[in-house]
Amino acid sequence: MIKMSAGERVEISLKINGKVYEERTEPRKLLSDFLREECGLSGTHVGCEHGVCGACTVLVDGAAVRSCLMFAIQAEGADIQTVEGLAKDGQPHSLQKAFSECHALQCGFCTPGILMSAVDFLDSHADPTTDEIKEMLSGHLCRCTGYKGIIDAIEQAAFRRKEGENVNGSGDTI
Amino acid sequence: MKPASFDYFRPSTVEEAFQVLSQSGDDGKLIAGGQSLIPIMNMRLSAPSCLIDINGLKELSYIRADDEWIRIGALTRQREVERSALIREKSPLLTEAVPFIGHMQTRNRGTVGGSVVHADPTAELPLSLLALNGRVVIASADEKREVELSDFFITYLTTDIMPHEMLTEVKIPVAAVPMGFSFQEYSRRHGDFALVAAACVIDTDLEGRISAARLVLGGVDAVPILAEEAMDALIGETLTESLLDKAGDLACMNVDPEGDLHATREYRRHLAGVFAKRAIMAAYEKATGKGG
Ligand code: FES
Ligand code: FES
Repeated sequence: MIKMSAGERVEISLKINGKVYEERTEPRKLLSDFLREECGLSGTHVGCEHGVCGACTVLVDGAAVRSCLMFAIQAEGADIQTVEGLAKDGQPHSLQKAFSECHALQCGFCTPGILMSAVDFLDSHADPTTDEIKEMLSGHLCRCTGYKGIIDAIEQAAFRRKEGENVNGSGDTI
Repeated sequence: MKPASFDYFRPSTVEEAFQVLSQSGDDGKLIAGGQSLIPIMNMRLSAPSCLIDINGLKELSYIRADDEWIRIGALTRQREVERSALIREKSPLLTEAVPFIGHMQTRNRGTVGGSVVHADPTAELPLSLLALNGRVVIASADEKREVELSDFFITYLTTDIMPHEMLTEVKIPVAAVPMGFSFQEYSRRHGDFALVAAACVIDTDLEGRISAARLVLGGVDAVPILAEEAMDALIGETLTESLLDKAGDLACMNVDPEGDLHATREYRRHLAGVFAKRAIMAAYEKATGKGG
């Protein structure tokens, strides 16, 4: 059994974007704050801090979840992917490229969370309908784009993936 | 918005969990998926001094079926229920209801047991499980008991579970005949709390007469409500437009919703009738093989 008293800081080890991090946390620290403050990965954004906006979405063991609705201590030993892990060898992920081409972002605050949800979503929906994309996006708030560009971008990324086109060779390992 | 400090325990067996529960008394709070608890902790509406994290209890994560019962472990993620072929085959009402729970991103973490013990009167799982005549298994260090869902919900966010107890399993009787079923919900925004939701299961005989019916309404009272008068009116009849109207009216009369920022009392009552009718209609069509 793991036991920690309030305020006690212990070191936890977890894998983020393929790299092992060993950092200290107290029980009440949210995973979102842990990623930003202890690991220096500020690509994961924090909007509402109560599970509504989706800006903080990351992949925990492959599944898109709200990092503001998990304590860091609960992610001990987990395999996490954040937006920082999407690009490979300086090449953007196919979703990132499609977002750029389709003007799927303006201020970009919501974008990291949406990208991570889209990675999980496309893994299980190789040929998604527009309605399925909208349903997935219902878990994200974007105050700038009106969503149209985001839907277009996800459709484009799915289409290219289906056609087997390797966009600028990024390889998209996740 | 940061949660207040708490002592943290992560037991690795169910026995350890019971031990911590009985030692921590009223201060101990179990956390499973945390998708309802952490928001209210972040908002400091709740500040438990001792959090017992059951995410290490992998033995509570399962979906199984035998001839009599479908059993779902308390720690099973909602997303697993949504994707389960066994549930789709044996209890498709759940497959239809689960996508209404929050969003894909919260269902990835939210659990079945967590949703049932949280007992939000608009929540989809309590509603559907009550329609399916389900039960919960509640255990503690020295006792294990089963409670019918119809006796489990007491009032808003309050159930028949004591501080030293833990819900370990939800079970649904396997129906002898495949039933018609339907889950309907209305909310302001997709994934938001339901204003009104309705779950209905119906069985018919070869002539299309209704032989069994259960109709449950959510969002209209402090707990999910079995619309018994409407159910009684349906039994023994074939579904006609006038019977459907009558059942809808009876369902409306059955409920006494509260008005709030999102909907007035009258509007909620109106929705209850409309959604009761939609659920009955769709379930009937499936039961008689017309609805696919
Ligand atoms: S910051 Fe996590 S959902 Fe808004
Ligand atoms: S791009 Fe500004 S919030 Fe979405």
